[in-house]
Amino acid sequence: MINFQYTRASDVSDAVRQIAADPTAKFIAGGTNLLDLMKEDVEHPTRLIDITRLPLTKVEETATGGLRIGALVPNSDLAWHAAITQRYPVLASAILAGASAQLRNMASTGGNLLQRTRCFYFYDTATPCNKRELGSGCSAIKGINRINAILGTSDACIATHPSDMCVALAVLEARIHVAGPGGERIVPFADFHRLPGETPEQDTNLDANEIVTAVELPAEGFARNYTYLKIRDRLSYAFALVSVAVGLEMDGTTIRQARFALGGVAHKPWRDPSAEAALNGQVASPENFRRAADLALRDAKGFEHNAFKIELARRTIVRALTQASRGTPQSQSNKKIA
Amino acid sequence: MARALATTQTTLLPPGKISVELVVNGVETKFDVAPWTTLLDALRERLDLTGTKKGCDHGQCGACTVLVDGRRINSCLTLAVMKDGAKVTTIEGLATDGALHPMQQAFIDHDAFQCGYCTPGQICSAMGLIAEGKAKTPDEIREMMSGNICRCAAYPNIVAAIQQVMGAS
Repeated sequence: MINFQYTRASDVSDAVRQIAADPTAKFIAGGTNLLDLMKEDVEHPTRLIDITRLPLTKVEETATGGLRIGALVPNSDLAWHAAITQRYPVLASAILAGASAQLRNMASTGGNLLQRTRCFYFYDTATPCNKRELGSGCSAIKGINRINAILGTSDACIATHPSDMCVALAVLEARIHVAGPGGERIVPFADFHRLPGETPEQDTNLDANEIVTAVELPAEGFARNYTYLKIRDRLSYAFALVSVAVGLEMDGTTIRQARFALGGVAHKPWRDPSAEAALNGQVASPENFRRAADLALRDAKGFEHNAFKIELARRTIVRALTQASRGTPQSQSNKKIA
Repeated sequence: MARALATTQTTLLPPGKISVELVVNGVETKFDVAPWTTLLDALRERLDLTGTKKGCDHGQCGACTVLVDGRRINSCLTLAVMKDGAKVTTIEGLATDGALHPMQQAFIDHDAFQCGYCTPGQICSAMGLIAEGKAKTPDEIREMMSGNICRCAAYPNIVAAIQQVMGAS
């Protein structure tokens, strides 16, 4: 482990003041990703600002019928919170599909948004990686890229965002509350994470001196027709090759409103408005699901080892839409795919 | 690669060693650590509690699992300074007056280990699992114990041991 200084933030404004005063400082909350990356010498802050004692641990009702989740609510507490399991079960399911019980006890809501890619080359400091060192090149494009992206890639980076929770938050159209030296602002979820483009070193549109304070969920939780279907190499405790979160508003067998997002396939949770629109007003049928899947994947591009993900994603979308429309969501303990 | 040094002085605590107070297995303990000392290293190297094992040191194997304020966590991915004031329970803290904890006894009853290296983490994790109260079925036990790897593959016996304690509690 590298050496660093350690401080504690006393409140949000103190945290912002401390991070703005030191360009090589980082916040630490759960630490499950940051400390790992520091041990690997991928991240090397000279100072860690401990934010775990800030009062950001509540789950509260909002005036508009939604929920405001404090950035420091542990992933496990959120997944088991009655308001989440009853009103936003797709979020509970996605969280429980990720990591292990120990890591979920440690990892924070805000930190989950900010976790970094598990691309092998990002972790391997002996190889070039534009996300780790901009301008050094991308080793994955012609390397072992089985786990990498098939949508929204660039010549600079084909990394994926590793979060399960974020795939559900994309479907729920969460809003991210952040605080910085210029005050507070709210970022729509779709604008929080970035595509790699020419600047893959930036995962999000969070400014350097900003802190995530809360995740706000709108009132619509898709509690009846939802699923989170995650396909991976092991049945548990593995990152997604492809995952699909779905939320449907149904009227009998007709889909009134469809939302679905893909994980494991892009630099951010992937939604395609045209694919969703193609389902609205349509009957829930395999043909319509396949058409939506084809639309969502029309620009997918495989690399040497991950082209299988395109067909895998197509089938996972169809299966997930089937589960959601039937009201039979995927269990996260019995892994048989219904 | 050259790295910029921090030039500002906004520290609330001094650099170098930091005083930490923990209640470990019921005993109040105070010691100084460098900020980069993980809870795992503090337990093993400073407090001589070597029952907690360092497996991967990256949160992938679960051998370092301990209970902090009653919750199971990976002690390798936690800084000791961040847990100042916390109550920590390790495998050494489970037996009382020389009598094994029922979970320890259940692991023996069901032959739930072979080499034993992952066992302290498995048992602490199982304690956390039961305290959480979410897992009921064997499928749920397996899923919620997936953060503890057993290279000897004693998994069926580990599940049986946990079921024994669940049935009794």
